[in-house]
Amino acid sequence: MSERTSFREHVTTHPEVVERFGDLHPPFDRQAAVPEANRCLYCFDAPCTTACPTHIDVPRFIKKIASGNLAGSARTILDANILGASCARACPVEVLCEGACVMHRYNKQPIQIARLQRFAMDSLHESGAPLPFEPGAETGLSVALIGAGPASLACAAELRRRGIRAHLYDARPLPGGLNTYGVAEYKLPLVESLREIEMLAQLGVDFHFETVIDAAALAELERKHDAVFLGIGLGAIHRLGIAGEELSGVTNALDLIAGYKSGALTTVPERVVVVGAGNTAIDAAIAAVRLGSTDVHIVYRRGPEQMSAFSFEYEHARDEGVKFLWHVLPIRIYGDRAVEGIELTKLVTAGDGSIVPQAGSEFSLETDLVVLSIGQGTHAGFLGDSGKNAKVELERGRILIDRATGQTSNPKFFAGGDCTNGGREVVDAVADGKRAGIGIAAWLEVQHVQV
Amino acid sequence: MSKSKPTLETTFCGIPCLNPFWLASAPPTNCGEQIMRAFDAGWGGAVWKTIGAPITNVSSRYSSIDWDGRRMMGFNNIELISDRPTEVNLQEIAEVKRRYPKHVVIASLMVESKRDTWHDMVQRAEDAGADGLELNFGCPHGMSERGMGSAVGQVPEYCEQITGWVKEKARTPVIVKMTPNISDIRLPAQAAKRGGADALSAINTINSITGIDLDTFQPSPNVDGRSSHGGYCGPAVKPIALNMVQQIQADPASALPLSGIGGIGGWRDVAEFILLGCGTVQVCTAVMHYGYRIVEDMQDGLLAWMAEKGFATIDDFRGLSLPNVREWKQLNLNYQIVARIHEDLCIGCQLCYTACWDGAHQCIHLDRTSPGPDTTRTPAMIEAEAARRISTTPIPKLDAGGVGRSSAVTPLERIPRVDEDHCVGCNLCSLVCPVENCITMERVDNGLAFESWEERTAKGLVPPGAEEVMSTNT
Repeated sequence: MSERTSFREHVTTHPEVVERFGDLHPPFDRQAAVPEANRCLYCFDAPCTTACPTHIDVPRFIKKIASGNLAGSARTILDANILGASCARACPVEVLCEGACVMHRYNKQPIQIARLQRFAMDSLHESGAPLPFEPGAETGLSVALIGAGPASLACAAELRRRGIRAHLYDARPLPGGLNTYGVAEYKLPLVESLREIEMLAQLGVDFHFETVIDAAALAELERKHDAVFLGIGLGAIHRLGIAGEELSGVTNALDLIAGYKSGALTTVPERVVVVGAGNTAIDAAIAAVRLGSTDVHIVYRRGPEQMSAFSFEYEHARDEGVKFLWHVLPIRIYGDRAVEGIELTKLVTAGDGSIVPQAGSEFSLETDLVVLSIGQGTHAGFLGDSGKNAKVELERGRILIDRATGQTSNPKFFAGGDCTNGGREVVDAVADGKRAGIGIAAWLEVQHVQV
Repeated sequence: MSKSKPTLETTFCGIPCLNPFWLASAPPTNCGEQIMRAFDAGWGGAVWKTIGAPITNVSSRYSSIDWDGRRMMGFNNIELISDRPTEVNLQEIAEVKRRYPKHVVIASLMVESKRDTWHDMVQRAEDAGADGLELNFGCPHGMSERGMGSAVGQVPEYCEQITGWVKEKARTPVIVKMTPNISDIRLPAQAAKRGGADALSAINTINSITGIDLDTFQPSPNVDGRSSHGGYCGPAVKPIALNMVQQIQADPASALPLSGIGGIGGWRDVAEFILLGCGTVQVCTAVMHYGYRIVEDMQDGLLAWMAEKGFATIDDFRGLSLPNVREWKQLNLNYQIVARIHEDLCIGCQLCYTACWDGAHQCIHLDRTSPGPDTTRTPAMIEAEAARRISTTPIPKLDAGGVGRSSAVTPLERIPRVDEDHCVGCNLCSLVCPVENCITMERVDNGLAFESWEERTAKGLVPPGAEEVMSTNT
């Protein structure tokens, strides 16, 4: 099956965004890639492979670059990680494969695994070759996948390779979830996410876009399909719950990032305050700088030791000119119709260890845009109330699964990605989806044998 | 040992040399202008690109082997001897000798195998002022098809006869250049010595085809879609050259002053050739790669090493390693070493583990975190365990103490353990280990006295039939 789908023709990337969000890590050319590939020691039971959530056989794909077998290199990557091109760009490799490289203990420079992986994947894309896998012989079985983000896509690929039909339902007009809409453009451009999904779609995946699944629709899907995969991600970004949040000029990091990536947003005002200090907050703050803001603050209620952003992301933001205010809490957003400023209070540690506002420390930051990035809620409500009525067992909104198979408390339901792990990386979602795809196929096989 | 500053000045078969570094007869010695620049750079001598029979060259002429991203680890050529008129070469020899009287100029000669032709060429080269003659009995391509070069070097009788003809006429030292394209280099070397050669040089290039283009199926170097075997040289051939140098020098019937050639690119290579008995060395490929300037560090490095070792002259260390190269049957069978992995240096790549399991004797194990030694876990079992492991991206706040940035310390489970009771002391693990001194081979005192195969056989301790097996395997 070689169903050609083009998602990219539905998007127009704004030239100014392309110019301002150039590659953070420029691609290798062959003359640079081969010596770097040769530098790899070819470890046995390589720590990079173990550190990768999808267990890409890193030394194997790198040695194939060295040997000039680029098609084999890309196939090695895709075999383990169907979104290998996206992950090559989006992964925080400093804490994954490259962080685990033994070279840290040798000559200190880890192998540039991400750039090599991108080199192999770019070569495949440039060659115009099809996805190097065929769908399995049709089994007549089918699975509904809720959400078309990385977890569902990876799950769908495993199902298709085993001849199981995959129907993906997503509320958005394009596939990929946060891989398409949520990764900083200088890491992974939106069109590159779509390009990779177009390849995956060659396995014959059925997409149903702009389709919101509620409880009734879910019940229908459960009836029609042999299993259901929940790759629903997380919900909206939390609100602060303070005065002024309804003002024009208050937005959230995911909307800001999706906005500029999809071309809906090309400029931001001069002054921007981002609330929160996670990796998404950093992405939003840097985006604001690149979109033209001259005065960007990140405000965070704790100190640098407690922020959830990776240290290299923090350093990147500082390099781009983002200013950080630690131990401050927003207490009010003010303005006449639109945002004019945000009032903050300093926080101190009280005698009992709790963090409390410091009396009289209130101050204001004038700003034109407030971007909230204080974590996402869950949106598993359509799965039913917690307790006996719920389709699957939840814990504080997260879907509980068996990590090895992705199976939930309800045997017909599987899940993976942010809705199960609380919000991690694309590669974690791909790994979850992959395990679930294999898990579903194994479970269905058992069901089939029993019938 | 004298504390005086070491000198590189030496004498080679009666020829005084400023240093032992000569350029081999090859493209770097094609003309006088080149050789004078080389002398300015510090080369002590040059063997002129072979003069003799008229030839026509082809293009292209060179090809090479790259290795692990490094260029020209092995080099191959199908270029013939000098394509310039003999008269021009001889005039330039005279000019170079007039301007550089202390530098050594050797005329390399190759003419058809006729006594008079050789006599005539010897006369003309010496009249031009050459300090010595090198008889090119080594060139393996083109010339050999016309009965010259290695066609002479491969037949001891021809070697002896032509060397004899040259010696009838020559007033300067005669060096015979040997081909390695022969089963036992001692035979033509002995013949040259019988013919009266004053010195030898070895090795010339090795017959080779460097590669085939996988798109056109044409070998390289490509001459209009075809190629011919060439002469292989460069770093890749050094071990072969060292062995042949040792063979010549260890045999009293062939041993002569020897100019060592083959893969020399730096002072360490030079020292090794001299330790096996060479009096001078000749360099080509490294100069073709990097230029004449490489001689600066050859001088600098060799002098520093000589000073460190207390050698005042080249002769102080020439041939020192010859007694250490023996026949296998004379080696000590009771010498026992085992591999030791130094945990503080180990980076956890486990290349020693996979090498020992697949390429050696299955005596390195990954069991340091097991309750006890476990020699039953195979590489496949270890890989299967790893594949089942579930890894997630560590989030600083949530996963304190998680995988995170690679620590400076190698986790214990990644440091292999040597089963010293079964280690055969083969060296393989220490060779594959990327970290210097991480795996050392340590002597085990087994209390056994020296005993060689030769001695064991003499004592009648070798089971019947084993002797024959040994001799056919050598």
